[in-house]
Amino acid sequence: MSSTQSVKPTRSGQSTHTIRELTAAFSIWLAAGLVMAILAWILIDISIRGLSQINLSFLIDDVTDAGRSGGIGPIILSTILILFVTLSVSVPLSIATAIALTEQLNSESLLARYVRRCLDILAGVPSIVFGLFGNAFFTITLGLGYSILSGGLTLSCMVLPILIRTAEQAINSVPLEHRHAAAALGMSRSTTLFRVILPAAAPALAAGIVLSIGRALAETAALIFTSGYVARTPESLFDSGRSLSVHIYDLAMNVPNGGARAYAAACVLVAMLLVINETTALLLKFAGLGSTPHAGGCR
Amino acid sequence: MISAINLSVTYHGKIVLRDATVKAEPGKVLALVGPSGCGKTSFLAALNRMTDLIPGANIRGQITFDGRPIDSVFSNRAELRRHVGMIFQKPNPFALSIRRNIELGLREHGQRNRDELRQITEKVLRDVGLWDEVQNRLDQSALELSGGQQQRLCIARAIALKPQVLLMDEPCSALDPLAAEHVEKLIQSMRGQYTIIIVTHNLAQARRLADNIAVFWTRDSVGEIVEHGPTETLFGASSNEIVKSYLSGRRG
Ligand SMILES: Nc1ncnc2c1ncn2[C@@H]1O[C@H](COP(=O)(O)OP(=O)(O)O)[C@@H](O)[C@H]1O
Ligand SMILES: [Mg+2]
Repeated sequence: MSSTQSVKPTRSGQSTHTIRELTAAFSIWLAAGLVMAILAWILIDISIRGLSQINLSFLIDDVTDAGRSGGIGPIILSTILILFVTLSVSVPLSIATAIALTEQLNSESLLARYVRRCLDILAGVPSIVFGLFGNAFFTITLGLGYSILSGGLTLSCMVLPILIRTAEQAINSVPLEHRHAAAALGMSRSTTLFRVILPAAAPALAAGIVLSIGRALAETAALIFTSGYVARTPESLFDSGRSLSVHIYDLAMNVPNGGARAYAAACVLVAMLLVINETTALLLKFAGLGSTPHAGGCR
Repeated sequence: MISAINLSVTYHGKIVLRDATVKAEPGKVLALVGPSGCGKTSFLAALNRMTDLIPGANIRGQITFDGRPIDSVFSNRAELRRHVGMIFQKPNPFALSIRRNIELGLREHGQRNRDELRQITEKVLRDVGLWDEVQNRLDQSALELSGGQQQRLCIARAIALKPQVLLMDEPCSALDPLAAEHVEKLIQSMRGQYTIIIVTHNLAQARRLADNIAVFWTRDSVGEIVEHGPTETLFGASSNEIVKSYLSGRRG
């Protein structure tokens, strides 16, 4: 008698416990499932409407009839050039700044804190503001005009904050043990930085770069006033060039019956992102820097 | 070979090790034993000036190398650390290939010849008994090795620089028993070639490995060396009560 009574509360306690566990598990799966479903829906929607129109000539031909016919060859070229300008300016600058913030400056110093504060504010500035700034500074003040160079430089300014912050985190997340090991082998600070710390931080650095490539590829507002929307094949970095996202925006908003072509261009944009992602992962693996567990694991 | 005379270590002005005096004899193994927090790691770090890297750390006293002040023997920290190598408690290979782990230090000290680099790499990996296990995957990440293998790689990386002194801070304590035994055998096999100062919590290990022992103890929350001398003398008949009870496992 007494024994059943003493068992009962435990049982009911156990079952509410189980219910709670199940509810928690269910909610988590539901949330994750929802996110996946939305992503899948977007991708499937774009593919169904866009894939059928993509073929080789679409990828290389010139734009005709405001994009309703012809291809997107010049657009892809302009996009790649803008991205090239963006990265060749922002990647070295951001890594150098991150090194200054982590290795040179005392991380609590006034200057370091000030730089960080500025970056966080910049990271939250809407891209249209960067567009206006780029227009005023690069196209007019520096006289670069509506050009791929102006657009690329504007995008560099836009992605610098995230790039610097992710690079800073990447460098900081390299375990202190690596620095101690390097010092104990009599290695100088610069060798330690370039041969030990940066390689160890490479996967995280690359993740930050891929993230900012994504932001740059998605950008329209900052580009309309800077690289413009001339759809011809650019002959140099000083020519205006229309990026993919600007093209998609134009087709969807300004060109009657442009919607179908907008989907095809969107497909290409997504494919570009996927290719960049995969290539980065492959390159890292090839360099023997894949995201491996940290040292000292007891395996 | 290397000796400390009245060596004290402070962190942010607070003293943690006072007036440690001990001598490591050439080719012999000196074990540092004692409870946690009595300054053994700090003592080791002072010897190769790893204290430079620790914020707030300061040392006082004298360190001599072959009887001369250590700063006059080695012109800079890089030279000092090349001759006085260090193995850490937690294996810390670089996130690079096994080969690069060994070559980096050598390159830093001017060894650029590819053939020689390859020869030295093979030699030190053989010395630590790792060659057969890794010869076919020298270009894979060192982080894919097991903990014990990582620690042996760290030892290989250190001895590639031909140090005279090796400082080891509990090199086996983060390893499983089998790997620990492996590393202990390795240290055993290195006696005579290097002057070794090893911190260990394992008294049986200290007795097996060491020619001399220094017993650290905390008094008034400051670490000090209460006694040092030949292993068997201390284990057999120490006159110091603390040492006697600690080494017999009754205290600490
Ligand atoms: N980086 C540090 N900053 C401040 N105090 C430290 C630091 N490292 C160690 N200590 C202190 O110094 C004392 C000795 O530590 P340690 O040398 O690690 O002892 P052991 O290796 O014998 O366990 C401890 O009280 C510890 O808290
Ligand atoms: Mg310690």
